[in-house]
Amino acid sequence: MTSNIIELRGVSKSIHGHDILQNINLEVHNGEFLTLLGPSGCGKTTLLRLISGFETPTTGHIFINGKDVEGLPPHLRHVHTVFQSYALFPHMNVVENIEFGLRCQKLPKNEIDRRVAEVLKTVKLEKYATRKPEQLSGGQQQRVAIARAVVNRPLVLLLDEPLSSLDYRLRKTMQIELKQLQRKLGITFIFVTHDQEEALSMSDRVVVMQEGCIEQVGTPRQVYENPENLAVAKFIGEANIFESEIIAIDGKLITVDILGRRRIVKSTRPFSVGDKVHILVRPEDLRVWDQKETEGDTADMFPGVVEEVIYKGTTVDLMVRLFNNKLVAATEFFDEDDDRLEYAIGEQVWTTWVSGWEVVLPYEETVTA
Amino acid sequence: MRSDNGFKYFSLSVIWIWLTIFALLPFILVSIASFMNHDESHIIQLPFTLAHYGELNNTIYLKIFEKSFYLAGFCTLFCLILGYPFAYIIARMESSFKSLLILLIIIPFWTSSLIRTYSMITILKPKGIINSIMMWLGIVDKPLPLLFSDIAVVIGLIYNLLPFMVLPLLTNIERLDNRLIDAARDLGANRFTTFRRVIMPLTMPGILSGCILVFLPAMTIFYIPDLLGGSKSILLGNLIQNQFLVTENWPLGSAISVVFILLLALLLLIYWRSTRGKTQGELL
Repeated sequence: MTSNIIELRGVSKSIHGHDILQNINLEVHNGEFLTLLGPSGCGKTTLLRLISGFETPTTGHIFINGKDVEGLPPHLRHVHTVFQSYALFPHMNVVENIEFGLRCQKLPKNEIDRRVAEVLKTVKLEKYATRKPEQLSGGQQQRVAIARAVVNRPLVLLLDEPLSSLDYRLRKTMQIELKQLQRKLGITFIFVTHDQEEALSMSDRVVVMQEGCIEQVGTPRQVYENPENLAVAKFIGEANIFESEIIAIDGKLITVDILGRRRIVKSTRPFSVGDKVHILVRPEDLRVWDQKETEGDTADMFPGVVEEVIYKGTTVDLMVRLFNNKLVAATEFFDEDDDRLEYAIGEQVWTTWVSGWEVVLPYEETVTA
Repeated sequence: MRSDNGFKYFSLSVIWIWLTIFALLPFILVSIASFMNHDESHIIQLPFTLAHYGELNNTIYLKIFEKSFYLAGFCTLFCLILGYPFAYIIARMESSFKSLLILLIIIPFWTSSLIRTYSMITILKPKGIINSIMMWLGIVDKPLPLLFSDIAVVIGLIYNLLPFMVLPLLTNIERLDNRLIDAARDLGANRFTTFRRVIMPLTMPGILSGCILVFLPAMTIFYIPDLLGGSKSILLGNLIQNQFLVTENWPLGSAISVVFILLLALLLLIYWRSTRGKTQGELL
């Protein structure tokens, strides 16, 4: 018995000759919070519908709890979905909506009542038990949709962009509630979103998808700090990307040429001398110094001109135009080391980063960074 | 804003004037007539009397009432059973066939219902199409007496009234949110449960308006039982028609109409009460 609650092997799906998903291999561990992250149209919702049984894969196999579910209709699969639109039954009140699944299983009345009362308490909706969905706010409807699914104690809960129609503040609250609920219930969640911040803050593991393919699977930290390719790097978070060429390699230390300056970067990937590479630096890793702060030691720094200053409360975001006309983004935090964060537009500055905080990726032709 | 309101009052008043002249006024006239006297030289005359309502308490009339209800009810049920799957399939269709099929439902309306009923005679008569085919196939030895029977009346009614069932259902089912069906399936409902607990309750407005649109004419269309049922088949529609046009007993015809209208109003009231009570209960 493996600890994989869901396994996809070589799954692909094409509709009307158009490839939606290509050769998807994915293992979902029991009890984890897994997020499918990707821009709209990348096939993440289709992937969810393949698991729930509303679509059948063109090729490949899906295993739920070790069993191949080929040909098994949705109502016989022990996975439940929280739909993007919630899809609450408008002619039923909150309790009737929630007990729908239990009544389909033909459970005894007292068992149904007990479980409905329990889940109502979990999602804090006891007061609204007899309301109709239309009499509830968006957040409350959201909770009913979740309660309606989890009351059946599914092996896996599939959530299809459930927070996308809530306003920002409510979304933040629901993110925390969902995460707490998942911990409490111990049910495997597969969460679909196009919001990378949501994905990073909620998930145990993130699956980054692009154009029907899985680009990377990893913990939020892995996909953010060690993206496997430029697509992942650019989709998750902001990134300054420099084109460069390897001059020398000394173990993990690689000397590269960036904009005519030599810098030493670190990477464990196998490169050889002369390879073209992309050097990726996150805005929060990019340091900006003014003329005085550098104290003349500017050998591995890049001069530029501040073009935009955006004050964000906890940070200051700078846009700096480098000498070769490349625009880079830098996020400066208020801390004791660097108390001078008031930059003027047009000010001459030096930018740099701590060696080793960058990511070195193989060169990709299509990029226009 | 002002012109918007002007338009609103204008359209509302048109509807009210129309209803008053063509529905309320005739009903009042019929009600008054039902309380009046009648003899050979006068269609209606004073003084007022309740005699015609007393006359209705007669087994013959009660039988006709009962039979009309029974036939109209059967016809409505049959239209629903036939019409629902039909409407469902068309509503769920995504091909360009859909508009063609809807057109095919509507086309018969372009021909007079009376003419279509006459054409039913040629189909149902002993040497008509149905009997010829059945004899050719060897299902029956001699022609079935289809015409001038209750079966012919029911067939005629269903043929004429089916579109009135299909069209409201069609618009209702088209509005049905597919995602709700997905949700039901996802929560473990098989096709039958999904239909019974989600699709049917949500299309109930369509079912009810379809049933009302079929049941009411089925009770009162007089030319279909006249043409297809022969002299044996007297239903409420031809009963009323006979009182006015054949025996010229306007007060009795009016009394039958009034009783019929009150009966239907009662049915609608019961239905309205039951649905309203339900929503109120659910709001608590």
